[in-house]
Amino acid sequence: MIFNKNLKNVLLVIFATLILSACSTAKKSGDIDGDVYTGTETVKYLASGVPDRVFFATNKSSLTTASRATLRKQATYLRKNKNLNVTIEGHADERGTREYNLALGERRANAARDYLMTYGISGKRISVISYGKEKPVNPASSPLAWSQNRRSVTVKVN
Amino acid sequence: MKKLLYFFILYLFLFGKSFALIEIDITRGNLDPLPIAISPLHVDIKSQNYDGMKIKVLGEDISKIIEDNFRSTGLFNPLKKEAFVQKPDIAHLKPRFEDWRLIKAQALVTGKLLVKDGKLKVEFRLWDLAAAKEMTALAFTTTPSNWRRVAHIISDKIYERLTGEEGYFDTRIIYVAENGPKNQRVKKLAIMDQDGANTKYLTLGNELVLTPRFNPTNQMVTYMSYFRNMPRVYLLDIETGTQEVVGNFPGMTFAPRFSPDGKKIVMSFAKDGNSDIYTMELDSRVVEKITEHSSIDTSPSFSPDGKYIAFNSDRSGLQQIYVMRSDGSGVKRITFGNGIYGTPVWSPRGDLIAFTKMHKSKFYIGVMRTDGTGERLLTENYYQEAPSWSPNGRVLVFYRETKSGSKGEGFSAKLWSIDITGYNEKRLKTETDASDPSWSSLLSK
Repeated sequence: MIFNKNLKNVLLVIFATLILSACSTAKKSGDIDGDVYTGTETVKYLASGVPDRVFFATNKSSLTTASRATLRKQATYLRKNKNLNVTIEGHADERGTREYNLALGERRANAARDYLMTYGISGKRISVISYGKEKPVNPASSPLAWSQNRRSVTVKVN
Repeated sequence: MKKLLYFFILYLFLFGKSFALIEIDITRGNLDPLPIAISPLHVDIKSQNYDGMKIKVLGEDISKIIEDNFRSTGLFNPLKKEAFVQKPDIAHLKPRFEDWRLIKAQALVTGKLLVKDGKLKVEFRLWDLAAAKEMTALAFTTTPSNWRRVAHIISDKIYERLTGEEGYFDTRIIYVAENGPKNQRVKKLAIMDQDGANTKYLTLGNELVLTPRFNPTNQMVTYMSYFRNMPRVYLLDIETGTQEVVGNFPGMTFAPRFSPDGKKIVMSFAKDGNSDIYTMELDSRVVEKITEHSSIDTSPSFSPDGKYIAFNSDRSGLQQIYVMRSDGSGVKRITFGNGIYGTPVWSPRGDLIAFTKMHKSKFYIGVMRTDGTGERLLTENYYQEAPSWSPNGRVLVFYRETKSGSKGEGFSAKLWSIDITGYNEKRLKTETDASDPSWSSLLSK
């Protein structure tokens, strides 16, 4: 019995360690929710508090809650700066065929553009370009890098 | 390229009928390659110098190319020349068959050449050693600088005689040459002979270029370029170097390919984020919209009779392969296996479609019948895509990328080929990293 109790304790400790290490690895590789990047590394700013990019899930072009919040900030900023035009670049990760990724980048950039337009920004001020998987921001072959590369980036033109 | 072709004055001076002669079945992987002796071509002592070329060793150089071609097929085993028992000139007149059989050769190639008055005269013979017979012979005249092509044309003739199939040695491959770190790649259009010789760069690398593809006569190439940061489909005349944008589309055009008659380009056009398939007739510039769907439709490829187009679409939710009539009617999904499918390319024989498959973090190159049945995966890797067919429909060339480390180190992109039997996988020599290969048709056809 005593042996059993000891074993139980040992197992508990092992179990707890496993959970803790799982947490820490999740955080390390992390800033990914589902497979959408939620961190701030690689992110640049159009202006103070206005991030320039939003991130997407694998093969998807739908906007997450966080992406919509970022784009609303961009819309507010663009409304204040009426003479500013932007290009939205659409990108994909390296885990897809080149031609499909070109189309996917285009779809992502347009998803961001459409959202800005629903917040009153004229489509004339927003051009789009897809780079497919041709311009990764993070050149690593890892889930974290891929999540950072699945993005649309709003860039000032003038 | 036409200019290169004027020279072929072919005269067949014996075309012996075959009786139970050696032959090779190339429809299955050949684990027992045919032993073949390729004798150096005899150089006629009356040969003159030409443009600094080393005429004395030209016979050896040509036979070396033939040897390399045959070894690359995996179907033949070219024997070591040290074991050869007869001098090239004597063997060419009439081989002592029993001596060649002794070194276990089953076929023998002999030939001779003469360089005179600025012309290269070549003849070769293929001998069946078991039957003690000449199988085929051919002679032609060209300019000496074409000597590499001479070797490829001889290789094609021998391959054709021994396998009953057209060869693919007198061909070129156009591809994208890549340089620099992974997140700042410089890409140029490049063209080379199928054996990696004669590499030429067709663009300077100032703008991103992707997915070049030959027209049926190999004089034109359609590709995608980011010239002036406007991603568009272009047309390039290889001989004159003239380039032009295809059509007047108000947005990105991509994934171009020629129709089998060379008169149209089929491609995708992205309008308001949605990619559909279009064709444009090059003469009239008439544009037709072929697909109309809110999904991504791209990577179109015509069937060789021009009646159908295969493409990939994510209309089912994930990327799958579809086939439709070339007017866009009768769309049918043909892939239902596990995983996602892309880049369908119709075989020049019309019987198969090559594709890229992605499943459980692996990438596969495979072939299937044109109705989607009979799927065979030929090769599995971390990343590979974009198969292109050899003109005889027996070999696929594609590109493969390696996994890279946290700073992008260890990344490379190379061209590979594999027989549709699944055998004979090998890397193609390129001067730089390379991707997006497209195989020409036979140049001398």
